[in-house]
Amino acid sequence: MTGQTIVLAEGTPYWPPSVHDFYAPSIAPWGADGLHNPWITRITVMLWLSVAIIILYFLLSYRKPQLVPSKKQWLAESIYGFVRNNIAVDMLGTRDGVRFAPYLATLFTFVFVMNLWGIIPFFQISPNSHIAFPAVLAVLSYILFIYQGVKRHGAGYFKHALILPAPWFIQPILIPIEFFSTFIVRPFSLAVRLFANMFAGHMLLLVFTLGGFAMINANALLSPVSVLSWVMTVLLTFLDFAVIALQAYVFTVLTASYIQGSLADGH
Amino acid sequence: MLDIAAVTGSTAAIGYGLAAIGPGVGVGLIFAAYIQSTARQPEAARITQPFMWIGFAVVEVLALLGIAFGFIWAG
Repeated sequence: MTGQTIVLAEGTPYWPPSVHDFYAPSIAPWGADGLHNPWITRITVMLWLSVAIIILYFLLSYRKPQLVPSKKQWLAESIYGFVRNNIAVDMLGTRDGVRFAPYLATLFTFVFVMNLWGIIPFFQISPNSHIAFPAVLAVLSYILFIYQGVKRHGAGYFKHALILPAPWFIQPILIPIEFFSTFIVRPFSLAVRLFANMFAGHMLLLVFTLGGFAMINANALLSPVSVLSWVMTVLLTFLDFAVIALQAYVFTVLTASYIQGSLADGH
Repeated sequence: MLDIAAVTGSTAAIGYGLAAIGPGVGVGLIFAAYIQSTARQPEAARITQPFMWIGFAVVEVLALLGIAFGFIWAG
């Protein structure tokens, strides 16, 4: 963002925003040729920061647990309690819900913090707007629900997942559809949903911010409209916050629902 | 042949507008059904909420695929 602002200040409007705005330059002290050495960028640093913040926050707030919790402990317990009671236990039942609550809570906080970088000033891009991060999370969920299904039902899991109670003549159509939707579309849609939400959120903010600059440079008639454009940016930041929280919730709920499908007995 | 009108730009913008119609209607139907069921039976609100979000997410992904493929095939 700051790089673009400098370019705009020099009077060459950088418009419209494109996919290239998502590639952060390298900040590694070695190999200073920018895009050709993209191993350590701002995105990487945000990933490390997210992990560090989550670990430190939960360690510190659970270090001396008290019966009457402090504010920090209360917030940490509410986050964990929310995932445990409202997602894990609701979807999976008490026994399995408590078993999977740690993974789901970790997933929820990680996705939420990673998404939150999208609206924090001076960072303002979510690492999840690069598809690599959601893809890894989706693959983890994919492995988890297949592993749990095989563990619970043995090789019968695939029969259980693919063959629905239906008349025999409809099975040739039903089995490929079930295979496609369970084993191909699920991980793909998990990854693309999170990625595209963060991508679209960042793109919207870019359109309205850079649109303001483009209009203020254009002519006297359009300059006042640029203020409107920047007001829209502020409003869209609030909308983006709602999307961020919702996508973290949806990712966790879908993972829980896939695990629930694997663990269920019969149909 | 004489050009009567000409437009420059990416057709991906038109394509995405068309692609968003279906998911728009779908998401609307899901929330309408949830509101209706909650109005009829308020105590079922907590039970049906996760399923509303699952349905919402599954339909919403179509619109998001539109965004992603719009950029991939923008040309």
